[in-house]
Amino acid sequence: MAIEVRIPTILRSYTGGAKSVEGAGDTLADLLADLDTRHAGLRGRLVTDQGALHRFVNVYINDEDVRFLGALDAKLKDGDTVTVLPAVAGGAFAIAAAAALAGSR
Amino acid sequence: MARYESLLDACGNTPLVGLPRLSPSADVRLWAKLEDRNPTGSVKDRAALYMVRGAEAAGRLRPGDTILEPTSGNTGISLAMVAKLRGYRLVCVMPENVSTERVQLLRMYGAEIIFSPAAGGSNQAVAQAKQIAAEHPDWVMLYQYGNEANARAHYETTGPELLRDLPTLTHFVAGLGTTGTLMGTGRYLREKNPDVQVIAAEPRYGELVYGLRNIEEGYVPELYDPAVLTRRFSVGTRDAVLRTRQLVEVEGLFVGFSTGAVAHAALNVAHEALREGRRADVAFMVADAGWKYLSTGGYGGTLAEAEEHLEGQLWA
Repeated sequence: MAIEVRIPTILRSYTGGAKSVEGAGDTLADLLADLDTRHAGLRGRLVTDQGALHRFVNVYINDEDVRFLGALDAKLKDGDTVTVLPAVAGGAFAIAAAAALAGSR
Repeated sequence: MARYESLLDACGNTPLVGLPRLSPSADVRLWAKLEDRNPTGSVKDRAALYMVRGAEAAGRLRPGDTILEPTSGNTGISLAMVAKLRGYRLVCVMPENVSTERVQLLRMYGAEIIFSPAAGGSNQAVAQAKQIAAEHPDWVMLYQYGNEANARAHYETTGPELLRDLPTLTHFVAGLGTTGTLMGTGRYLREKNPDVQVIAAEPRYGELVYGLRNIEEGYVPELYDPAVLTRRFSVGTRDAVLRTRQLVEVEGLFVGFSTGAVAHAALNVAHEALREGRRADVAFMVADAGWKYLSTGGYGGTLAEAEEHLEGQLWA
């Protein structure tokens, strides 16, 4: 069973620079455990010591936020796409990111 | 009655229009709430008016005072109009690379602009505005991301308008930015009918944008309470552009790209309801029209070309 996992730039040091990796699991928790066997440390950046998703990380299954699908218990199936993104929200983000973008040009 | 004593009185009470061609069936209908019909052409007029009135009522704002707000978008334009009519000076903090249309609009309304240095790192402009506020303790920062009046505007106006015009509403879909629209409208709708689904659509930008963020430097607006939402979708640039074009082609609605993202989520839940054989009235917010975004290049050429033009841009 293969699930595509898209990794944000900031976490690609754990995937050898790969933009996306494949994993397996019936739930998000299983998938992250599976990924950690090949990409050690990745899970630790997404899940807190208390076993919850990090406050500033958003994870989506097929574009839907997992926090509304059971969080780490969210169900997965073959062919799903999981996207990991830093938590940001419109307004404040737009300004900060625009400033940052201007600096990168 | 469509007569108003002043422009400020013409805020809100926007039309809710059916989209018969995009609706999946007679039992699953889509409705668009046209917030571009507000005085400065966006949904932000509601929040700006409530935040200013709230500060006046609390005695934080007196005639002649200066309002400070970090914004590069619609909130600045709305505040500039309200400030002009209520007799305040507005200072906006915004990044150096904001479009010239925005700068021209703000200056036309009489706002002053402090440009934020083009430095990396997150929330630079917000942090800078907080610092300027510390240096000018007499300036009033309304801070839309944490101002309860932002959400209250929607609790007291948008929510009641929606239920008045569409008592059979089953789903409400809006964009997620300051979260004020979803929090205020969502709370009102769920109080009146706990079965109403409140759905957020957030823009997912190109990689360049996220590449600059640190996981530890995330930002969640103080107003945000996930308990108000039923579901939350992330919508990529291509889907937002596709739906933006579909809205104008099929229904004649000319909207900004953030509304394209919202329409994408609305169509998702509408087609889901159709597949499951459920009746649905899905209302979604049209935050603004497309005028301010024509120069992005996202309205012409192929979808792939539009996506390329918007790559790295903050289209919502």
